Amino acid sequence: MQRQVALIKQSLFDQGYLDEQFMELEELQDDANPNFVEEVSALYFKDSARLINNIDQALERGSFDFNRLDSYMHQFKGSSTSIGASKVKAECTKFREYCRAGNAEGCLRTFHQLKKEHSTLRKKLEHYFQLARQAGPKETARRPK
Amino acid sequence: MINPGSNSDPFPAGLRVLVVDDDPTCLMILERMLMTCLYRVTKCNRAELALSLLRKNKHGFDIVISDVHMPDMDGFKLLEHVGLEMDLPVIMMSADDSKSVVLKGVTHGAVDYLIKPVRIEALKNIWQHVVRKKRNEWNVSEHSGGSIEDTGGDRDRQQPREDADNNSSSVNEGNWRSSSYRKRKEEEVDDQGDDKEDTSSLKKPRVVWSVELHQQFVAAVNQLGVDKAVPKKILEMMNLPGLTRENVASHLQKYRIYLRRLGGVSQHQGNMNHSFMNGQDPNFGPLSSLNGFDLQALAVAGQLPAQSLAQLQAAGLGRSSLIKPGMSSSPLVDQRSIFNFENPKIRFGDGHGQAINNGNKQMSLLHGVPTGMEPKQFAGSSYMRVQQQITGVRPGQNVQSSGLMLPVADHLPRGGPSMLPSLGQQQPMFSTSVSRRSDLTGAVRNSIPETNNRVLPATHSVFNNFPADLPQNNFPLASAPGISIPVSASYQEEVNSSDAKGGSSAATAGFGNPSYDIFNDFPQQQQHNSKLNDWDMRNIGLVHSHQDTAAASAGFSTSEAYSSSSMQRKRRETDATVVTAHGQNQQPPSRSLNHLNHVFMDGGSVRVKSERVAETVTCPPATTLFHEQYHQEDLMSALLKQEGIPSVDNEFDFDGYSIDNIPV
Repeated sequence: MQRQVALIKQSLFDQGYLDEQFMELEELQDDANPNFVEEVSALYFKDSARLINNIDQALERGSFDFNRLDSYMHQFKGSSTSIGASKVKAECTKFREYCRAGNAEGCLRTFHQLKKEHSTLRKKLEHYFQLARQAGPKETARRPK
Repeated sequence: MINPGSNSDPFPAGLRVLVVDDDPTCLMILERMLMTCLYRVTKCNRAELALSLLRKNKHGFDIVISDVHMPDMDGFKLLEHVGLEMDLPVIMMSADDSKSVVLKGVTHGAVDYLIKPVRIEALKNIWQHVVRKKRNEWNVSEHSGGSIEDTGGDRDRQQPREDADNNSSSVNEGNWRSSSYRKRKEEEVDDQGDDKEDTSSLKKPRVVWSVELHQQFVAAVNQLGVDKAVPKKILEMMNLPGLTRENVASHLQKYRIYLRRLGGVSQHQGNMNHSFMNGQDPNFGPLSSLNGFDLQALAVAGQLPAQSLAQLQAAGLGRSSLIKPGMSSSPLVDQRSIFNFENPKIRFGDGHGQAINNGNKQMSLLHGVPTGMEPKQFAGSSYMRVQQQITGVRPGQNVQSSGLMLPVADHLPRGGPSMLPSLGQQQPMFSTSVSRRSDLTGAVRNSIPETNNRVLPATHSVFNNFPADLPQNNFPLASAPGISIPVSASYQEEVNSSDAKGGSSAATAGFGNPSYDIFNDFPQQQQHNSKLNDWDMRNIGLVHSHQDTAAASAGFSTSEAYSSSSMQRKRRETDATVVTAHGQNQQPPSRSLNHLNHVFMDGGSVRVKSERVAETVTCPPATTLFHEQYHQEDLMSALLKQEGIPSVDNEFDFDGYSIDNIPV
């Protein structure tokens, strides 16, 4: 089971969903905080859902306040980066570029893509954490502090 | 295992870190990382909250880590505030790695800049910034202490930046050199001092630069001349027990940075402050109005950066002295100034006590006697005030509001003079607004570091409040409701007095002082309220800054009076807003200031004038202002008496003169 979990995790990295930042987070996990990564992920998804919602509303209004959108996206990018969600981060960067260029259509398209990546990652991580919990306390590759 | 904060190696452990970021994910991750480094972490997702935490707990943290982009306050503003008020090292971080932002971090004084995602390795070493800062301070104090009495002084001057070069002479060459690069900030490096190598000895009690303290500081700096001010002399001038040269030195560094950032506002503005103070010219009137707002803004903003306050103070102080009798009202002013000087001192003491405690102690700052050593906070406000004064002074006046970089001052287009006076007085308050308004006051800015500018806006607001309220003496703190800003009660009093006095008291910038007595006079004025109100606002501004220029204030009152009526209304509104804002004092000044600034702008064309005036004004030596402030109260009362309540009206007539009269 643990092996399975490890494989899943590895595939997430391989496929580029996660980057080494995620590994950094795992290193922060220890006996005193065994579920740290999962907690952070949960927090990230909750917060990013809120941001996505804001952006959605802003886009729906059709007013395209690029500054505001850019600022939302900056926040989004910050959290995504911190958790190591690399694909999501890439979409954020693209979105911001479109914002700066004033390209509304590009923004919409990218945002759509971003949402997709975001929800894909969410599902994958949820699955991963679930398995991990089932597998019991797993030994994550931790470097000595 | 490792004992936190011990003298030996474990030093980094237990380091008290405050981390501020609106992103909860990042915050959580950082917290975890910092805890892993064995630091004591406090996390905060709002900048205002962080500032209030820091203020409440002056020595509760060793270092602050803050995100750049936050919804409630710009990270750089927070950085400035922390630097000025608490003198803590601040690390900025952001997902944004563009050079311009990083550069901004550097220019605002951040000790480091981290790019997100932050890795734990980067956090492991943040303790170096704490050590470095402490060492620098030690060196400064060491140097100042002692031995080098005269040579040291010279040294200070000489070494503007490289400590190392000059100081090698003494004792701790080694130490000094190592710290010298840290202290690159030119000024004071003091040199030699003892070598305090060991970090454990770095635990010096941190001096809190309250508004009053900062005002004193600014006054001293202005008196010496910003370029020539060396910590040793400043320390001597301030003459406050418990303040070490190193404290002054490090504060001076920050102040200089702030000034530089302000775009080199010429000392000219500083002078202006003086003029305000001295000249209670009508010019001040306008300024005061502006200042009031600024101050308020400042107050609202919370603690104005100490520097700003200090600047205001300095400006105010400087100004007051500048205000020359030239002004028609000057004779009075002169007298008043004299009075002010004497009294203010006393008053401030009292005022301070009160003021200091309030976030808005701006008023106390005005008094110039920062009894408390928390200049930082006040400094901001003081700056504002000073600036305001400056602006008021306008052309002739030298907005002496020294220190108050009355950004608002620029506004004072109208009767400049009137405005100015108020500005001068507003120093404490203005500092906050000043900082904001730095652009406006340009001139004023000079003396006041950026922070001051910010401060000013607040101060202005404060002043504005006064006028309206002054007559009533109800003001909780400052007669003006707006003044709820820290301006401490003393301010109010002054304001009131100024109003009552018909502007003459405008000079009573010495609000800081428990010049309640002055205010008492107001009641009579209140009848004149309509006029007074306007004036009050102005006067307040002026008064504050001008303590010295009692005469000037008188001048203002008149000028202000008329201008104030319209302004008053506006001011009132703004004041109201400001007041509430100020109430929080602790609130991030930057925000409130901005708000105030806006407010001011509406209400105050006057402000603009004041600011302008500020430019022309040169700041008289800070010390003078200080005195003036004190005296203003007396002067004001004296003036008021002389002029009677109706004088207020008269003063408006002066409108033009103040500026002219006020020798810059």
